[in-house]
Amino acid sequence: MAAITYRDALNQALAEEMERDENVFLLGEEVAEYDGAYKVSKGLLERFGDKRVKDTPISELGFAGLGIGAAMVGLRPVVEFMTFNFSFLALDQVINTASKMLSMSGGQIGIPMVFRGPSGAALQLGAQHSQACETWYLHAPGIKVVTPSTPADAKGLLKAAIRDNDPVAFMEGELLYNVKGEVPDDADFVIPLGVADLKREGGDVSIITHGPMVHVALQAAAHLAKDGIEADVLDLRSLRPLDVDAILATVAKTNRAIYLEEGWPYLGVGAQIVSIIMEEAFDDLDAPVLRVTQADVPLPYNKKLEIWAKPGAARAVEACKKVLYV
Amino acid sequence: MEALSPTMEEGQVVKWLRSEGDGVSHGDVIAEIETDKATMELTARGDGVLRAILVPEGGTAPVGEVIALIGEPDEDISELQAAAVSAAAASRSGRGEGDETTAEGGVAAAVEGAAADDGAAAVNRAAGAKLADVATGSPAVSAAADEAIDGRVKASPVARRLAADSGVQLATVSGSGPAGRIVKRDVEAAIEAGPTAAPGRATPPMPAAPVLVPSGAEFEDIPLSQMRKTIARRLTQSIGPVPHFFLTIEVDMGRAMEARATINTMLEREGRKISLNDLIIRATAAALKRHPACNAHWLGDSIRRFNRVHIGVAVAVEDGLITPVIRDADLKGVAHIGAEIRELAGRAREKRLQPDEYTGATFSISNLGMFGIHEFTAVINPPEAGILAVGGVEQVPVVEAGEVVVRNRMKLTMSCDHRVIDGALGAAFLSTLKGMLEEPAAILV
Amino acid sequence: MGESETATVGVVNGAPALGGFSKEKLLELLKQMLLYRRFEESAEEAYAIGKIGGFCHLHIGQEAAAAGCILPLRQDDYIIGSYREHTQALAKGLSPEAVMAELYGKASGTSGGVGGSMHIFGVDVGFMGGNGIVGAQAPLALGMAWAIHYRGSDQVCVCFLGDAAVNQGAFHESMNMAAIWNLPVIYVVENNAYGMGTKFSRMSDTEMVKKAAAHGVPATVVDGQDVMATYAHFDALIERVRGGAGAQFVDVECYRFKGHSMSDPVSGTYRSKEEVDDRTENADPIKLLRDRMFAAELLTGEELKVIDKEVRATVAAAVDFAEAAPEPEVDTLYENVYSEINPHGRLFFDGRGK
Repeated sequence: MAAITYRDALNQALAEEMERDENVFLLGEEVAEYDGAYKVSKGLLERFGDKRVKDTPISELGFAGLGIGAAMVGLRPVVEFMTFNFSFLALDQVINTASKMLSMSGGQIGIPMVFRGPSGAALQLGAQHSQACETWYLHAPGIKVVTPSTPADAKGLLKAAIRDNDPVAFMEGELLYNVKGEVPDDADFVIPLGVADLKREGGDVSIITHGPMVHVALQAAAHLAKDGIEADVLDLRSLRPLDVDAILATVAKTNRAIYLEEGWPYLGVGAQIVSIIMEEAFDDLDAPVLRVTQADVPLPYNKKLEIWAKPGAARAVEACKKVLYV
Repeated sequence: MEALSPTMEEGQVVKWLRSEGDGVSHGDVIAEIETDKATMELTARGDGVLRAILVPEGGTAPVGEVIALIGEPDEDISELQAAAVSAAAASRSGRGEGDETTAEGGVAAAVEGAAADDGAAAVNRAAGAKLADVATGSPAVSAAADEAIDGRVKASPVARRLAADSGVQLATVSGSGPAGRIVKRDVEAAIEAGPTAAPGRATPPMPAAPVLVPSGAEFEDIPLSQMRKTIARRLTQSIGPVPHFFLTIEVDMGRAMEARATINTMLEREGRKISLNDLIIRATAAALKRHPACNAHWLGDSIRRFNRVHIGVAVAVEDGLITPVIRDADLKGVAHIGAEIRELAGRAREKRLQPDEYTGATFSISNLGMFGIHEFTAVINPPEAGILAVGGVEQVPVVEAGEVVVRNRMKLTMSCDHRVIDGALGAAFLSTLKGMLEEPAAILV
Repeated sequence: MGESETATVGVVNGAPALGGFSKEKLLELLKQMLLYRRFEESAEEAYAIGKIGGFCHLHIGQEAAAAGCILPLRQDDYIIGSYREHTQALAKGLSPEAVMAELYGKASGTSGGVGGSMHIFGVDVGFMGGNGIVGAQAPLALGMAWAIHYRGSDQVCVCFLGDAAVNQGAFHESMNMAAIWNLPVIYVVENNAYGMGTKFSRMSDTEMVKKAAAHGVPATVVDGQDVMATYAHFDALIERVRGGAGAQFVDVECYRFKGHSMSDPVSGTYRSKEEVDDRTENADPIKLLRDRMFAAELLTGEELKVIDKEVRATVAAAVDFAEAAPEPEVDTLYENVYSEINPHGRLFFDGRGK
């Protein structure tokens, strides 16, 4: 096992998959000559050439459609959005074409591709560059959504996403690119979609979460441990397909849960998870499931305000204590 | 036939004081009825004419059955008569439940159908059906019964489930959650607090004797404490659904008393001593180890046989009782058991026991010997499968080798849950226990 | 729409010819256009009596554009278009039966009844779909052309758009990328001068061909009611693109005889009845070819009747097929949402899917 950064893990995954299957190619803004806005595609242009690593103009709608068109005839594109905040421009192609093509064509045309890039906030980037975008991609059936939180998950899941025959929205985290973690040395390390990961075990309360918030959840769990409260931290990793069994298991164990997410509360990921828990684990609940989300406002630039608006460990701890009635 | 005594199930018509065709007014005594307690007067409840006598003198009828009809002189009573006759036939064919037979125009002996001797059902007719179900131990319905009686109880889903599974009535649990919501830990606490072994019923009921009624208040209503409520509910749940049967055995306590004396001499130096009950507990634990089928719980869909022996010992406390548990009683010395009992009982009386100190028993023992009780039957603490009722040691004359001698004898009555313990099983256990008490050295084997 | 050289009668390969076209070719073009016309007329009837629901956008009057642009293509070339694509599907090789069954929403339709009029697909013959979103096909065509280039193939991709689509951002982004990367895609605007009910000239200060110039894409114009001119133009253009000429833009001027869709008026507020009547009478592509062939004695009235009868029979058979075809099963709804049902995790959240 080697400890590498989240960024390098993604880079390895891309390189390995491009090596393995000549139909896989990468396109997006700054991915080639610039080595990627976040350096995720560093060195790939050199290695694979400019047909397989393609710089595009700033035309999100156009190049997302390009990727989809190419996938329609059997290539396996990886379309990078510099940030998913910019992908709203492409949503017509993503939702109206990619998610629906297989269905509308009666099964004739599948779309094996990945849309990837960072989603969510970094530090003081302002409202338009800080949105968590999962909800927009989760609502329409036909698209899979993956949100790795660690380098190992990033590598294993990106490989799986590229190999998956459906459109996958692969959402990374800007603040995660430098995070280091152990990644198995396997020649072909793949983590299947649809499997959650218990990042921490404890029997008192369940913190269910995904993406960059996993790290906040672990912080919250550490705080709680000082008070003798041991939390399960369940990292969903894959939002669709969703590991419902893992969610139900942790709730059965602790009888109480919170959902921690970066996005806004209304129709956030947590709203769906809470609905599932309410329907399928009702009798296991000792308390309502609470959600900890971003404040229901556009994220502000001011440092303190931004911190206040973001869902931090303190809020998660508070919510956990509420469901524990302590 | 009216319920003329609280425990009456049927009455016999001794004498009709009016005849068919006589006019009657509300309040007139129209018959003498013999009940299980005494001969009582039956009064008319309406005005009219005694149109028909359906049960003649000497005849009996169960409470609730129509025995006569009072109506207008020219009223057509043929339907009422027919209905009364068929109802009587039905009830005699064994249904036995009180019929609700009311009719217009004031009918004598029209009785509310509540089976008055079913104590639990007497509480609330509206919830009557549900309470009957409670008695059979159906968990989901017991929750519904809570609400029927108590209104909406706020409890978390898991708390409800836990309460239903354990037979805890939510109404008796106080909630520590927001707005008084009952949550898991509240029910867990209630389960632990559940008082267990009933004091049992002394066998013969007290005869009803006429008393001179003193002046002043006729009675005092004592509100039920939580403990009292819980005892009531849990015992009702036990004696209802748990098929009890009882085995009594008489033990010669001579050698046991010698053993006690010997042990106490040894302990004198340390300033400690044991009681006969401590020895009984120790022997019981040893016997249970030999008969693990009696050291079990009924779990509804399985029987849990325990490999360890934890004996719950009934301790009377103010206003009720509680059952502290001696864990691994088969592994502890008698002196240890004695000391532990005394310590736990002391704290029990001060209501200072921790939940884990009064839960988890695999078998229970109740001893009323110190009150002069020779023999009694105890009610099982569910989900345990058995409980031992220990009477006092008495000096009795017995015949040995053709001669009458005085021996110290003690009666043990074991209540068994027939779903777990069959007669032979229970008998074998008692036989072993008797052997151990009659020769304490057997405990060491 | 001026005269072209196609009026010249001559001999091609020993057979009588007209403007470089053999008699066989001309008969083929005529028959195809008749097929498209009769098919659309049947669809119109079926819609009017409720057999076809939703939106139905008829191509009547633009048959020459379909035949002329598509018949020169190979089966492995790709085309992708808008929602006015029934005839294009037929031209590319989808069977009238399967297309009609799809319009009827039946399980034997091209998409199993799930797509409908705007979503006809035939992967086997390179027909990559109708599209419901104006202009969305432009980036998709770009992607298909990209794939051709990526694979080093000599296939060509033709993208059909309406005149209003050239104002979509997606169109411009696509033209730009097609140009910078020299991709084998031909963007064909079926310019019938009206985007639904809006005259093109109201929505653009620049001429149609200038749209391409801004991106550096070579542009041509052709009379889309003249099937011979259109066919000749595309035949040559497609070969050039196949040879590496790069992205092209063609303004195919044509005219839509019916309303935007079955729910829209043929004329009235946005164009006059006189205009429609005049065009229907004088600019019908089928009539234009027919008359030329009559004049060159390559066709008689009787022969035409026979051809029309054959075509009508084909269309009638398609309608019968569609009528008799079964409805799709409910389970099929869940079958084609994901190409791959992952072994782990839940994909459907309605409690009814897997």
